[in-house]
Amino acid sequence: MRWFALPLALALAFLVLPVLAIFLDSPPGELLDALGEPGALDALWLSLRTSVTALAIIVVVGTPAAYLLATRRFRGRALLITLIELPLVLPPAVAGIALLAALGPSGILGGALEDAGIQLTFETAGVVVALTFVASPYYLRQAQASFGALDRSWLDASRTLGASPTRTFARIAIPTAAPGLVTGGALAFGRALGEFGATLMFAGSLAGITQTAPLAIYERFATDFEAALALSAVLVAVSAAILLSVKFFEGSALRHD
Amino acid sequence: MRWLVLAVALLAVGCGDDEPAADERPRLIVSAAASLTDALTVCSREFEGADVRLSFGGSDELAAQIRQGVRPDVFAAANTRLPEELASEDLLETPVEFATNELVMALPGDEREIERVEDLAAPGVRLVIGAETVPVGSYTRDVLGHLPAGVREQILANVRSEEPDVRGVVGKLTQGAADAGFVYLTDITGDLTAVELPPELQPTVAYGAGVVKGTEQQELAQRYLDGLTDGPCADALREEGFGPPPG
Repeated sequence: MRWFALPLALALAFLVLPVLAIFLDSPPGELLDALGEPGALDALWLSLRTSVTALAIIVVVGTPAAYLLATRRFRGRALLITLIELPLVLPPAVAGIALLAALGPSGILGGALEDAGIQLTFETAGVVVALTFVASPYYLRQAQASFGALDRSWLDASRTLGASPTRTFARIAIPTAAPGLVTGGALAFGRALGEFGATLMFAGSLAGITQTAPLAIYERFATDFEAALALSAVLVAVSAAILLSVKFFEGSALRHD
Repeated sequence: MRWLVLAVALLAVGCGDDEPAADERPRLIVSAAASLTDALTVCSREFEGADVRLSFGGSDELAAQIRQGVRPDVFAAANTRLPEELASEDLLETPVEFATNELVMALPGDEREIERVEDLAAPGVRLVIGAETVPVGSYTRDVLGHLPAGVREQILANVRSEEPDVRGVVGKLTQGAADAGFVYLTDITGDLTAVELPPELQPTVAYGAGVVKGTEQQELAQRYLDGLTDGPCADALREEGFGPPPG
């Protein structure tokens, strides 16, 4: 059993060192100064706004959709689930091309969107679309697993006692599956926050409108490594906070059981 | 347990083999500006004596990689400033100019409203340019710098995206997302129409390249560099529409 420690140490070093290097490459004071540049804060703020909006859309639409998928058995269900989960493993560049082909100005729905007066490319709304596309499977997958693991007899009891399906969903299913839903939401949010390729290809890159923190990092990488490091450090901190709160939430949920 | 021993043994073999086998060609890594993609891809296959690995990107990003310690064998940029900077930082041998290009205004095939640079100031024009840090973006700002301040500001207000390299600008145009953009003449494909800039606005677009200092393949790298001004790659550059180096 002892030699297992070596691969673990290797994995740890490989995964942790690059993240640590972001903080060690330059003194913390300089990192903070680099964040003082107004463009950097704009990019972070835009990332936060678009990721929160994407998450809201994902949760509102995704929760009932995942519930239906988890509690009903129907023909083609497995295929449907696979299709929904596909963006999970899609390369970001493919996601960008796919969104352009579907919703871009020359995409299959581009004309209809234009007639409706909806402009996505070059607009913050386009960023939200890209984030929602790549991040939603993370939530759907987790929510569906959580709803699937519910004790059916609770749901049946609620129905027998006269509660409508909607009420059963809201009062029984959601509170019981909450830990899993929060985890899914956090994963989706983290993925949205880090989105790069699909955003650049579909929405473009303009400070304050479409240039999210990852795009700002890429732009600064060429000219201002310090600023790129500073933005990266913030994203690492936010991602770590997300992960920790999920672990905390899962832990406390387990203790309640 | 036995597989582990095998794995370690394989690793050791992989690491210990410094000398390339007799039939294994050396590998030459060339970092080149995104606008050189088409010209260099084909001719580099014919390069004798080495397998050329091309890494295309925004010249500024490739230069930043070199500053961060990445060591390609050759660096070819869409301007002469970046290679000169790297040379002054002792990261590149003395660079040479190997090609010239022209900046043009590019329009999607069906665009009819825009005929001159000044037309880009009209409200509602969706303009896409390169980011300030990438050569194509910096040339674009040079062009706009020659215009009266009022017009320039109106044009900059119409910028809808600042792309990290010229391919991004071309992509947004061919997708019909933008009404106009600034690209190199060599980037014009069948889907795009080029509008030439008047001579007083045309910036000098010269491409510089150099051998990266510390390369273990000095000779091959130098030969590749020479080939950019004389040989299959020089021919390929002319075919793609690049001009010969001045002088």
